[in-house]
Amino acid sequence: MAPPAEVLAVRGLSKSFPGVRALDDVDLTLHAGEVHALIGENGAGKSTLIKLLTGVYRPDAGEITFQGSKVSFATPLEAQKAGISTIYQEVNLIPLLSVARNLFLGREPRNRFGVLDIARMNREAEKTLRGYGVRVDVRRPLRTLGVGAQQMVALARAVATDARIVIMDEPTSSLEPREVETLFSVIRRLRDAGIAVVYVSHRLDELYAVCGTVTVLRDGRRVHHGSLADLDRLALVSTMLGRDLGEVREEGLTKFTGDHEATDTQPVLDARELTVPHKLHEVSLSIRPGEVVGLGGLLGSGRTETAKAISGALPVRSGRVTVAGVPLRGGSAPAAIRAGVSLLPEDRKSEGIVPGLSVRENIALAVLPRLSRFGLVSEARVDSVVDTFIKRLRIKASSPHQKVGELSGGNQQKVLLARWLAMNPKVLLLDEPTRGIDVGAKAEVQKLVDELAADGLGVLLISSDLEELIEGSDRVVVLKDGAVVGELTGDDVTEDKLMRTIAGDAQVEHLAKEVATDG
Amino acid sequence: MAEATLRTVPLDKARVLQWLQTYGVYAGVAALLVVNTVITPHFLSAENFRTQAVQVAPVIIVALGMALVIGTEGVDLSVGAVMALAASVTALYLGYGLLPALLVVALFAAAVGLANGALVALVGVQPIVATLALMVGGRGLALVLLPQLEDLRNPSLASLGSGDVLGIPYLILIAAVLAVLVAFVVRRTTFGRQLLAIGDSRPAAQLAGLPVRRVLIIVYVVCALLAAVAGVLATARLQASDPTSLGNLMELSAITAVVVGGTPLTGGRVNIAGTVAGAVLIQLLTATLIKHDLPPSWTQIAQAIVIVAAVYAARGRGKR
Repeated sequence: MAPPAEVLAVRGLSKSFPGVRALDDVDLTLHAGEVHALIGENGAGKSTLIKLLTGVYRPDAGEITFQGSKVSFATPLEAQKAGISTIYQEVNLIPLLSVARNLFLGREPRNRFGVLDIARMNREAEKTLRGYGVRVDVRRPLRTLGVGAQQMVALARAVATDARIVIMDEPTSSLEPREVETLFSVIRRLRDAGIAVVYVSHRLDELYAVCGTVTVLRDGRRVHHGSLADLDRLALVSTMLGRDLGEVREEGLTKFTGDHEATDTQPVLDARELTVPHKLHEVSLSIRPGEVVGLGGLLGSGRTETAKAISGALPVRSGRVTVAGVPLRGGSAPAAIRAGVSLLPEDRKSEGIVPGLSVRENIALAVLPRLSRFGLVSEARVDSVVDTFIKRLRIKASSPHQKVGELSGGNQQKVLLARWLAMNPKVLLLDEPTRGIDVGAKAEVQKLVDELAADGLGVLLISSDLEELIEGSDRVVVLKDGAVVGELTGDDVTEDKLMRTIAGDAQVEHLAKEVATDG
Repeated sequence: MAEATLRTVPLDKARVLQWLQTYGVYAGVAALLVVNTVITPHFLSAENFRTQAVQVAPVIIVALGMALVIGTEGVDLSVGAVMALAASVTALYLGYGLLPALLVVALFAAAVGLANGALVALVGVQPIVATLALMVGGRGLALVLLPQLEDLRNPSLASLGSGDVLGIPYLILIAAVLAVLVAFVVRRTTFGRQLLAIGDSRPAAQLAGLPVRRVLIIVYVVCALLAAVAGVLATARLQASDPTSLGNLMELSAITAVVVGGTPLTGGRVNIAGTVAGAVLIQLLTATLIKHDLPPSWTQIAQAIVIVAAVYAARGRGKR
């Protein structure tokens, strides 16, 4: 059997943005009928690679050979016309147009007078979509369809435009399990029709179910490529996260000083079976005073959503949260804050700081009503609170009146911490507290988390930095695809165990056997 | 060397823009005062200042409310309609006395403000659309209540419109007191600071646990109440209720005053002193052109130039 034709060959592709080398000398080869998994953590370069392939960005170096000839797409439309279609996480069709119009957008059938042949369009649309398991009235506006059906329309559209390569960027993130099955059968049909598929997902089960080959990116470089079957789950996870199997740390590199003694056996925070459609499935966890509980898992495993659901920022379908024994009204951030739950959001710039206001106003923002009488702010009391926290957290600003937007990332993070500490919280939910801040500030924030826990706060720590997570946490609850898959306690809080838990229990047993026979 | 010079040029430009943005409106007012003193006869008379101030007072009052709304990254197009509504309702209820009439006016205005606020804060309609509905509907209602111009002969209303304390007209006093009050609210109250935070970053304000909906609703109610005050005062000065034309294009004058005064449309900042100066600047500009017998169309062109200048000076703020 002759090997299938090479559809795409990428050689030495590089792309830099100010301050970041997003993609560094990356190769990628796709053959007809290949389903290729493209994986990597946040910032690994997946999106950049996709955007280079589809003409959104222009490469700094390297070349793309598509169907035997060198190409350089100036716009996504050019790439699409040439035969590279992309299905994004968010459906990128026109919500108000009919399903049929969306399917035929830009290549509508016309009758002999040059007028749109709507009857034919609807007929053909219906027929095409039936093949994708979508049975709807194609005259309805697209937005009246469920997200899954919309995604199928996008997919059908991509295939109908004679795509040779279909890139799917986390296509299942908003699909029901049944819809995922349909998607998979469509992908297999595409494969059989000789179309190459690039499949981006963080759900390991899906990758193994549908992909044949894999490319792993990390920090902008290709760190692994080859057959997916040759790479077991644990190896996949450790390659992705950049950790050696069985690597044992002798001493910590972070500023965390070690274990805390939970001062109380009663949990200060108890979350039970939190469920958010498509995001969380019956997530339960509890934190005792003085304890730092880590939340482990890959990108998209539901860590941020868990923190947001606890803090009332994300409405839950079911489940409950109690703080120090008192039940919390769900879906209300003010209620959670009053009860003593504070969330340091992952997206510091858009959800955390109020950039145009001063350091002083930002620190005082949440606590302001407590420093006011009859709605009048007591400036003296604000000053004293602000001064206290600027000193205690060593916030570096030219003055309390400097705009927060002008501070460094680390200092912005400290301002946010100060905002919450001023509220005297019982529980701190820290979502990536040290992401994007410099080493010095990172160490300070880590030290602070330690001190706060020592003072009796309950802390939930989310971090993609494994070292930080392992060394900072007394316990680690591991999430996968929106559900708790394990919990590490005591001596089990190690990177190795964490990766094994993420990779899945079956894999761990399998590995244990392997080790036993080897040993 | 070359690098140093390269760096100083844009910095200077930024500094000029910064200065213009902060003090440009005051400089404009000062320049117009100086120019008029030289070229306009009888400009420097107490009588003239009084006339100008009385004319600008309702604009200032409406603009104060508008500044608050714009501070939340919103806009209120219904203020002119609320003025008309206030005029109609005043005429209808003046028979019961001035105070009862004012109370009913306040109720109507509060209802409009609540509707605006609820659409924006609870339903999530964009402010420009939500208030557009009441801009059209409010004036419609005003005309249903009072289909044509009606002369009002009520001594207390007349004295509100033309009376004075120590030679200072009530209109000016009321506008000044309200300006100080609103400035105080913005600077010194929890409400004021929450308003600014919501305008600057709504997601952050929400996650910080601020009562976002409540603040937004109150802001629209306050804006409508201030517009109603302006409507009553204008009616008192005319001694007639004129729901057809009272407050026409007032929303645009108010937005102009706010923007020219250095309050960015992107929210998060409210400049009350600048807003007052912005209203005064437009008033002086209009008066200057009229006094020199230029056609009204020139006034509009001049206003347009001022707006473009203000927007230019504000460039680069907000979008970072």
